[in-house]
Amino acid sequence: MVLERVDPELAEFDVHTDELLVNMGPQHPSTHGVLRLVLRTDGEVVKEVIPHIGYLHRCAEKIGENLAARQWIPYTDRMDYLAGMNMNLGWALTVEKLLGLEVPERARHLRVLIAELNRIASHLVAAGTYGLDLGSFTPFVHCFREREKILDLFERVCGARLTYSYITIGGVMADLPRGWLDECEAFLVSFEPVIDDLHALLTSNAILIHRTAGIGVLSPEMAVSYGCTGPVLRASGVNWDLRRDGEPWCTRTYVGYKFEVIAETDGRYPQDAPYPPVPSAVVLGDCWHRFYVRMLEVVQSVKLARQAMDYYRKSPPGVGEPLRLVQKLPKGEAYLETEAPKGQMGFMVVSDGTTVPWRARARSSSFCNLSVVSELCRGCLIADVPAIVGSLDIVLGEIDR
Amino acid sequence: MPEYHQYPSLAEFVSTFLPESWGWLAYVLAALVHVALLLVLALTVAAASNWFERKVSARMQDRLGPTRVGGRFGWLQSVADGIKLLTKEDLIPREADGLLFRLAPYLSFCASFSIYLALPFAGGAGGWVAQRLNIAVFFVLAVAGLEVFGVILAGYGSGSKWSLFGAMREAAQVVSYEVPLALAALIPVMVAGSMDLVRIGNLQKDGFWDWLIFHDPFTFLTFFVYLTCAVASVNRAPFDLPEAESELVAGFMTEYSGFRWSLFFMAEYASMFAVSVLAAILFFGGWNGPLPLAEWLGLTQSHGGLAAYAGNFLGMCNLLAKSYLGVIVMMWLRWTLPRLRIDQVMTVCLKYCIPVAAAMLLGAMVWCYALPGGLVRAVRPHPEAAARWGAPPVDQPPHPPAALAAGKGGR
Repeated sequence: MVLERVDPELAEFDVHTDELLVNMGPQHPSTHGVLRLVLRTDGEVVKEVIPHIGYLHRCAEKIGENLAARQWIPYTDRMDYLAGMNMNLGWALTVEKLLGLEVPERARHLRVLIAELNRIASHLVAAGTYGLDLGSFTPFVHCFREREKILDLFERVCGARLTYSYITIGGVMADLPRGWLDECEAFLVSFEPVIDDLHALLTSNAILIHRTAGIGVLSPEMAVSYGCTGPVLRASGVNWDLRRDGEPWCTRTYVGYKFEVIAETDGRYPQDAPYPPVPSAVVLGDCWHRFYVRMLEVVQSVKLARQAMDYYRKSPPGVGEPLRLVQKLPKGEAYLETEAPKGQMGFMVVSDGTTVPWRARARSSSFCNLSVVSELCRGCLIADVPAIVGSLDIVLGEIDR
Repeated sequence: MPEYHQYPSLAEFVSTFLPESWGWLAYVLAALVHVALLLVLALTVAAASNWFERKVSARMQDRLGPTRVGGRFGWLQSVADGIKLLTKEDLIPREADGLLFRLAPYLSFCASFSIYLALPFAGGAGGWVAQRLNIAVFFVLAVAGLEVFGVILAGYGSGSKWSLFGAMREAAQVVSYEVPLALAALIPVMVAGSMDLVRIGNLQKDGFWDWLIFHDPFTFLTFFVYLTCAVASVNRAPFDLPEAESELVAGFMTEYSGFRWSLFFMAEYASMFAVSVLAAILFFGGWNGPLPLAEWLGLTQSHGGLAAYAGNFLGMCNLLAKSYLGVIVMMWLRWTLPRLRIDQVMTVCLKYCIPVAAAMLLGAMVWCYALPGGLVRAVRPHPEAAARWGAPPVDQPPHPPAALAAGKGGR
């Protein structure tokens, strides 16, 4: 599908007198990072949105061509910095696929536990900032308070709150400290009532429903065609989750885990927990459904975390050896996509037989999710643009790398 | 009622000390005194509301708010912020229209502050009010609508597209909501039979069952319409689109900093408080408490000047407390609810508030005709209440006494 693109610089000579070129960002309270959106509007109605990215480009992939595989892990942290563990996991699994390396059982369950906790943290940020974009200040702080507890848990595990580099090629860096599992269980117990609070404040709030129902409707065909993945895809009704449907190297991490994939199938969402009902005004694939899918996924992540803690307790000790820096990678290439909180994050490693990859590539989920914003924003009002961009849940660190 | 002539206004009192041809100076001095008192009130309310909002919002968000500046509760934080704002650099964007940019905050603040001139804070002694008007409600609604001029000038004069957007939204919103606001304020006026706020307040003096909000179910529902329209006309969430932080940075206030910004900000809090005072007087009995304690304790005029003063003072505190409850409710709403989009704001106004207010007006009119004296009195008819609706037009507030007008001074 070819968009009729108008170069903003040249457009000033063609623009009609009633059209306005408005610039949102790169510094803007609601563009979720350094994103510049140029809106071509006719009064309040948006005709076209042109995103300009690259303000956070840090040449991570080029640097990956000069570092040993394990040394590139901190760079993956900084891509989707809100879900660093999932980024680490993606790269680790990719290189392990190239090497054919299996991690010990305890490391596998630890990876699931940590990745799901990070999924909760990422979705909390998404939900909180989405409310903030729409004017709801309080749930934002509540979400961040819960996220602080998760970050405290991560700090006990690996010493860092945001850029972890914990999941490494060959396993994880270290086993859990004493008492961590009890703290984690205490957190999960205290967190579940907060989810209900957030439903009351956000999901069932009449004003939020009014602001998001029928806005930015993404059809499943367009979602697949633009490469949208993750909650964005599932909110359009496509029942696809790499943790269940991915390739074997991806799903082997989740073998033995029971969870529901949150997507509307046969007109209903999974009924395994008391979720608030879907209001009648919303349309499948609109902003509300994307928000709803994330809120429901948090509950599934709590379930997965509990299962992971059980498996961890039963697993034999040994969390794996990190890959030696002087280990030569076999010649060949490997590409693996994993289910990160924001979508399918793909990593590719091409090796020429030395310790340093010839090419390290990250396929960003937010990049493809953002590409659909111009289609979604056609004909909406200016106030809907933050609602749509917020519902896509993008992180510029991932888009720009 | 002879209340108008019994108590001289401040101007008349001052004029007794001045020679005859200096009578005009009495008015000037009286005006200065009133303005000074009201400025103190308005600015204290603004500063206190700032601190209170930070504390309330913090507690709602599971935080503490200011805790360091001025002791454990941080009450000096507003003062510190005020000092900071006064000492900031005076920035004016290059594309800004100089005169309009500079003028706008003063317009907004003056319009907001002028509402206080007609608001009474107690009912005795002819009313503790800067200027007693027999069309006080009309004056308040008219002057409150002038605030939008400051906003439009600010938006246009800032020379920025974002400010312009904010100003246009604000203009549409405030001007549209003036209609249901006026309709909603009209209903207690109709029930009371007068636009004079002192009279309306004094009518509600025998306990909470006399409060106009309990007069009939239509007036009860009207209060909620009034609350919605008041929140919208003051630009508070969920109607704070003109200041929408996440979309327009700060809307029409984007380019303002320092003292100019603080004037807009004080105008907003002063307006919030003023519409709350109006709601308290129109619906909740004003300075009269839920039970007529002042009468029971003997703090009325018949017991002497000092007792009367104490009674009025308590009444003023009562009114301020009720108004502050209104402000608290507005803060509560702001920190809980997301904001509405401009077309949804206009839908609420045109499709919901105006028809409901009109229906309430009709209902209240029918009720007053069929059951004069209100809900309680319908069961126990009170002769005065019935007479209120059949009574001849009320006496007018006095023109300046003939002696003063003729320049002779003295009573």
